[in-house]
Amino acid sequence: MTATELVTDTVVIARDVRKTFGDNVVFNGLNLEIRSGEFVALLGRSGSGKSTFLRALGALDGDFEGYVLVPERRAIVFQDPRLLPWQRVLTNVTIGLPATAAVREQARAALSEVNLADKAKVWPRTLSGGEAQRVALARALVRQPELLLLDEPFGALDALTRIKMHGLLQDLCRRHTPAVLLVTHDVDEAILLADRVIVLTDGSISLDVDVDVPKPRARDSHEFATLRRRLLGELGVTGELQL
Amino acid sequence: MAMVLSRSPAETSKSQAPAALVDPRALIDGRHRRQFVPRWLQRLFGPMLLVVLWQLLSSSKVFDERTVPPPTRVVRTAVRLIAEGSLQEHLFTSLLRVGYGVLFGITLGLGLALIAGLSRVGENFVDANMEVLRAVPNFALVPLLIVWFGISEVPKILLITLAVAVAIYINTFSAIRSVDAALVEAARSFGAGRAELIYRVIVPGSLPGFLVGLRLALTASWLSLIFAETINAKKGLGRMMTDAREYFQIDVVFVLIGVYAILGLASIIVVRFLEGRLLTWRRVYDGD
Repeated sequence: MTATELVTDTVVIARDVRKTFGDNVVFNGLNLEIRSGEFVALLGRSGSGKSTFLRALGALDGDFEGYVLVPERRAIVFQDPRLLPWQRVLTNVTIGLPATAAVREQARAALSEVNLADKAKVWPRTLSGGEAQRVALARALVRQPELLLLDEPFGALDALTRIKMHGLLQDLCRRHTPAVLLVTHDVDEAILLADRVIVLTDGSISLDVDVDVPKPRARDSHEFATLRRRLLGELGVTGELQL
Repeated sequence: MAMVLSRSPAETSKSQAPAALVDPRALIDGRHRRQFVPRWLQRLFGPMLLVVLWQLLSSSKVFDERTVPPPTRVVRTAVRLIAEGSLQEHLFTSLLRVGYGVLFGITLGLGLALIAGLSRVGENFVDANMEVLRAVPNFALVPLLIVWFGISEVPKILLITLAVAVAIYINTFSAIRSVDAALVEAARSFGAGRAELIYRVIVPGSLPGFLVGLRLALTASWLSLIFAETINAKKGLGRMMTDAREYFQIDVVFVLIGVYAILGLASIIVVRFLEGRLLTWRRVYDGD
């Protein structure tokens, strides 16, 4: 009935997306397609509108023009965990889903996937930052999303926790194979995790490259360093600052 | 520069160590203190000190016995009133009035707060009216209520109802509107419908504000009771108070003030108990 049925392999279509905010042009004819199961990292400078684009795809903000299609089953992981402090962890995972025993069972399974099976009954305020963000990941996964939107999900975590979260996210994506759009400003994170990296500059995609660094991706490999230099250059970081 | 760099770590620590170093645990006072006296009893220290002071001043004749009876006489009067059965009788009538008023007031205040809090249309209809009602002194409504409802129980309970409803409304409405928009957005994005949004996000999120309102409402209910019982009440603490004033029974007045104090304290204990049960998810500073 709708265009989604015509393009079975594509889960996100965005064509000529435009948005202005006063005099400020946020999207200036933005085009993007994401295939099923593809992991795309969206890089951009601070204020480049990358989070705004994610909010548009996540149906949080409808104030834009253009042709956009996203799957019905989507889930978002925000930068802050956004857990309801007055609901136990398990209830936070099942929010918005029918309150059945089956759903609770799935939620427990999702919590054990993020290694938090024993925290189902605790209050969110007692969790550490990394644990809370893992709950947010479980809350997204339990919906079995075709599209997983990650809005700088590890931005507020310490470096060590972030490394562990990268590993966990890779495991989860391998198992569930959702299409992923990861919004980040961390070039290394993008190269480490994504199949494809795109850069948002002045309201449109200025660079779109496949990450052909062989897995497991080592930061000190030649391919990693080359792509890193290229992406940083695209983001306006040049010369000695790249080190 | 070179000299500083060449200094060994041992030398550095030697030159600094003997200064004031302390065990950090020694700096944390209060939290590790043993509690020999239960917390609720500690909280009565203030009032008890006041009573002791009062007795001392009475015994040493600083206070005139005719205008300030000593605590011992007040207690004797209280015992006599209880033995006669009149205190319980009046108290029961007053409790019944407050009970109904609080019940209706909470229902009304909460209902209006939800209507105004959840929709802007509701806010347009309700909020300004409630603000006006708050601005009008409760006592000013007494003549109107008498004209409309006579001297039956209705105006008395209604006066309490209004005071309670206003306190509940003001606090609950503002609490609903202070619920974190990020949480509401997240819940919506995960598919929470309007009903789930209300009972999982907005109502629990505004519970702390509601309980502040409840605390103020209970205090207001006792205050309104005193006003209400000036409306030709045949029974009730207010009636007792009027009689005591007429016949210059100062000791009875003191007993009644004591009763009001105990009732107010009991209300606070009820709210504290509810806070303890309903807000276990909070991690807040609760004093040293």
